[in-house]
Amino acid sequence: MIFGELGYYSLIFSILFSILLFFFIYQDYFIKDNKVSTKVYSFCFLQFFTIIISFFSLVFSFLLSDFSIVAVFENSHSSKPIFYKFSGTWGNHEGSLLLWVMVLSSFLFLFLLNSKKNPKKYRLLTIFFQNILVVGFLIFIIKTSNPFEKLIPIPKEGLGLNPILQDPALAIHPPILYVGYVGSSIIFSSALASMIVNFVSKIWAQSIKIWVLISWIFLTLGIMLGSIWAYYELGWGGFWFWDPVENVSLMPWFALTALLHSIIILARRNVFQSWTIILSIITFTLSMNGTFLVRSGILNSIHTFANDPERGIFILTFLIFLSLLSLVIFFAYQPQKKEDFFFNFTSKEMGIAINNWFMIFFLSAVLIGTIYPILLEIINGKKISVGPPYYNFILAPFLIPFLIIMTISTKVDWIRSNINQKKKELLFLLIFSFLFILIINYYSQKISIINLLIFFSSLFLIFGLSKDFFDFFKNKKKINLSQTVSHFGFGLLILSIAICGIFSKETDVNLKVGESIKLDNYELIFNDLSMKEDKNFKKIIGTFNLVDINGKTFHFSPELRIYNQPPIVTSEANIQTNFFKDKYIVMNNISGSDYYNIRFQEKPFMVWIWISGFLIGLGGFLSIALKRNSID
Amino acid sequence: MLGKKVRLRAIFIFLVLISLALVVYILFKSLEENVVYFLSPTEIHEKQEIDFDRKIRIGGMVKKNTIKHSNQSINFIITDFKNEIYVNYSGSIPNLFAEEKGVVAEGFLKDKSYFIADKILAKHDENYMPPEVNEALNKESTK
Repeated sequence: MIFGELGYYSLIFSILFSILLFFFIYQDYFIKDNKVSTKVYSFCFLQFFTIIISFFSLVFSFLLSDFSIVAVFENSHSSKPIFYKFSGTWGNHEGSLLLWVMVLSSFLFLFLLNSKKNPKKYRLLTIFFQNILVVGFLIFIIKTSNPFEKLIPIPKEGLGLNPILQDPALAIHPPILYVGYVGSSIIFSSALASMIVNFVSKIWAQSIKIWVLISWIFLTLGIMLGSIWAYYELGWGGFWFWDPVENVSLMPWFALTALLHSIIILARRNVFQSWTIILSIITFTLSMNGTFLVRSGILNSIHTFANDPERGIFILTFLIFLSLLSLVIFFAYQPQKKEDFFFNFTSKEMGIAINNWFMIFFLSAVLIGTIYPILLEIINGKKISVGPPYYNFILAPFLIPFLIIMTISTKVDWIRSNINQKKKELLFLLIFSFLFILIINYYSQKISIINLLIFFSSLFLIFGLSKDFFDFFKNKKKINLSQTVSHFGFGLLILSIAICGIFSKETDVNLKVGESIKLDNYELIFNDLSMKEDKNFKKIIGTFNLVDINGKTFHFSPELRIYNQPPIVTSEANIQTNFFKDKYIVMNNISGSDYYNIRFQEKPFMVWIWISGFLIGLGGFLSIALKRNSID
Repeated sequence: MLGKKVRLRAIFIFLVLISLALVVYILFKSLEENVVYFLSPTEIHEKQEIDFDRKIRIGGMVKKNTIKHSNQSINFIITDFKNEIYVNYSGSIPNLFAEEKGVVAEGFLKDKSYFIADKILAKHDENYMPPEVNEALNKESTK
């Protein structure tokens, strides 16, 4: 059909336009005026436009179930709901790369439109570097993963999308995550450009901060959507498995969070120039590294993705090229200005420096945990897996000083502050949080010291920031609202993860219909099984009654879904949520028997994990929204 | 004497190096303690010393006609067609767990042929074979 051709040829044209764009940038670079020429504008637009056309051609091919295209045939089915036909566009390797390039190119175009206040040479160079990325990925797509590859003869029906991907959260997860990943590309490009034209300064930091915020917000939300999906869809009741595929999205988040903090210092005090540049480079490298590891099939992951060594080698080569390029630029164009290196011990700058230290530590821990098994297998062929015990062991103790210093940092001022004024407040917070954990400890004795200290330090942060909120609403005191919201969210996140992790209960039983079983505080009765047909799957619904000690009954109806194409069985958990805890029941069939495997879980404070995740992102959003208002 | 600035800078660099060394030490120390090794039944069989307190993963094929259920647990045999291990497991069972399919179980060995699993790893795709299992099976069949 027409869309396949249209998509393919506009992709070819976009490469052509991108290469011409290099030429026009070069031409314009030596013209001494302060305006970027209209040719550069038009070719940026043409590149953007042709990629958009190409992307939407693929979308339409999916919507119209055009099985003459391999990507559609392999990942779609005519009986699939329209929403999942749509999201199927990026539920596969080829389509997701096209999405990736589309975001790359749209960031290029948006940067051009929104950087008019900045020097011309800096703008042109940023676009130049961004264009290298676009061209690199366009060639990658055409050479190794053409989304419009034809299939002859044309099959009548497609193979269908993996059912676990047929889910609203996971449908929007990739675009959001990609905006986060790819958003860091423009930071990378502009960091390289600003080094060459010696523009690494307060002004640069102020102009680039918005991009850092945007990609940070999207990365935060993207990661969270992924874990929400994992929580209800994978049926284990966990939301984070320290799986390599998850880790590769968490690593850029750490780098980006460090960058978000260091760029604030750079924008205010003009210190941390080189460090901010390094972080900009690291962030994008990690984002690309994520794509490389996921797409090359090197990662041994519970999530399966199509993989191909040729693709891995291409991305790896490109990644090495970019890293070398940025290294050369970094050493050739060191910022000339002497910066004031030191600051007072009790200042916000110190707090941010410490934040950066911790972020890099967390990043290294996750990085080593992720690549160590790969390296070890190459070196001596041993197969290992690094799981939650490693991460808990290594991260938990460091969270305690991290949270405490975070609390203090939010209370001190820039440059130098007199901590004595705050001493009373901090002491009060300290005692208050301490009393709180004494109470917790009294009611449940089996908590380890580390966990108690995590409770303590996160409560310290939460109470500290609650006081700021109180000052803000009651006493109309000026506070940095976005910062307070995000940090409050972070404190709440750690607290709820700790509570959920420590006080969760789970039981697994095998039951037949009609059987019941006594659990700790409940009785679980397996009432009935019924069958229902849906659009592209059959569902088997189990009906359960859960009776608590007071005789109160809860009804649960977890499902098994048997998809017709591809024929896969998935479990749909039934979760009942309130502010105190989630009750979670999931059922699995046991092949060749009448038994069903039932997992019942109680997860206290689960919903607060999601709420705090949103708060963290909301803080970033507020930072953009409030800035806008105050300037305009 | 050195100027104040130089001295401060030296202290700063010293602190960075110390913390770096510390971090590397802690990371590798905890890796050493918390890593889970993957072994095939044959590898276990041939192993001289076995640490029974250490969590491992074993993988292979679920042997035909060996799955037995009760209310609390499930028993089956993992084989790589050369050696087998008897597995006792209580916990959630993935939908794709079935006889003559690849499986990875995590837990502790009681002895060389008896394994108490506390986790069976879920797989999302009926055709998907964990790379370890695939390799373990290939290795044994080509020997």
